Amino acid sequence: MMADRVCPLVLSATDPQPDVVLDARRLLCPMPIMRAEATIREMPSGAVLAVWATDPGLAQDLPAWCASHGHQFLGIKEQGRERIGWVVKG
Amino acid sequence: MNTDLETQKPRAALGLLSGGLDSILATRLLLDQGIRVECVNFHTGFCIQGHTGAMRNPEPGAKPARHDALHAAQLLGIKLHMIDIAEEYVKIVTNPKHGYGSNLNPCLDCKIFMVAKAWALKEQLGFDFIFTGEVLGQRPMSQRRDNLPHIEREAGVEGWLLRPLCALRLPPTEPEKRGWVDRQQLKGFSGRGRKDQMALAKQFGLRDYPSPAGGCCFLTDVNYSRKLQDLWHFRADRAYTIEDIVLLKAGRHLRPTPRFKVIVGRDETENNFLAGFRAGRWSMQAVELAGPLVLVEGHPDAEDLALACRLTARFGQGRHLAEVQVSIEGPGQQEMRLVTPLPAAEIPPEWYI
Ligand code: SF4
Repeated sequence: MMADRVCPLVLSATDPQPDVVLDARRLLCPMPIMRAEATIREMPSGAVLAVWATDPGLAQDLPAWCASHGHQFLGIKEQGRERIGWVVKG
Repeated sequence: MNTDLETQKPRAALGLLSGGLDSILATRLLLDQGIRVECVNFHTGFCIQGHTGAMRNPEPGAKPARHDALHAAQLLGIKLHMIDIAEEYVKIVTNPKHGYGSNLNPCLDCKIFMVAKAWALKEQLGFDFIFTGEVLGQRPMSQRRDNLPHIEREAGVEGWLLRPLCALRLPPTEPEKRGWVDRQQLKGFSGRGRKDQMALAKQFGLRDYPSPAGGCCFLTDVNYSRKLQDLWHFRADRAYTIEDIVLLKAGRHLRPTPRFKVIVGRDETENNFLAGFRAGRWSMQAVELAGPLVLVEGHPDAEDLALACRLTARFGQGRHLAEVQVSIEGPGQQEMRLVTPLPAAEIPPEWYI
């Protein structure tokens, strides 16, 4: 599966390479997580999802969602008002 | 472990988890009986969680914004199903069969709707019963003794809704009668006090739970309800869109005439947030001066737009200047205007919604 959007936050060579980038910018909590759930449902186990959001709650909610759903949380990077978090589907 | 004798699988319960202390404790009581638990949290569009944090600059020292139910699920080590019911929920808010609470909160209809939804999910997932963290008499509308059986009856789940925190004050439910749940290990809490819950939390070693003062939805908030009432009144229609109810959460709202209102951003984060809603609306902002982004809602005429520009200047850093340049953008047009900021004395208090 290919990334469906180019996210300017995925710049460094050390960032995880996502299979899918979910653009959840401007969505308020809990919509970024709900969209992530709908997106990851269509992905194979082991694939990497990147969630790109403006909601500051993502930093807390993405790891909590991963723990609750058995996915692996790889980390989060913030830049200005935007942040991107990476998840490996469990 | 409490198991299904035929399949040897543990009994499974689906709970409604708000993320508040009561629902956390109810879940723990069942987990401790060896029951397999998953929970559901419904997104109505009015949930308070983190929204204001996402719209405004956080207060110094404020806890980072987070979704309480998700964190409760993490704490409890259970799976949380997050379900968006915002569209269907419109009919509950606009036309509640059992009326509203002290603001525009249709708690009884809301509870019935959520319990029925949880039951449908329980059927789909193949669970045995459902439960909530309700405490008898804790809330005036939806947790009164005479309303609790009513909720189950109307939701079509009579006998199958367990309330672990106040079960001892209620008739035994089917899961108790069938021996799936040990009634002796449930509680008989009642009333508005929190002492029993705090003691149980301590016993469970729980510390990181949200304070009950946080509230669960904007519909119980008097200021929010006033804005929603205003929206319905001036549209002459009780319908709303998700965008409408999100915008009611942001900015200062002033209605100078029945034709229009303005939403005034209160800080940079809120301006950025409101900027995402400019499409299809008039918006304005002072040029080269710090100040709000202003959105105009309704059907303003030319005079109204001129007034909105003066209000924009009024709420910005140029409020004491003789003239301020304001950029105004509307469907398919953009222009600059030089306006006199509206003096504070010319803004009657009744404009503030
Ligand atoms: S406070 Fe809001 S979410 Fe809670 S029961 Fe009442 S209407 Fe429903």
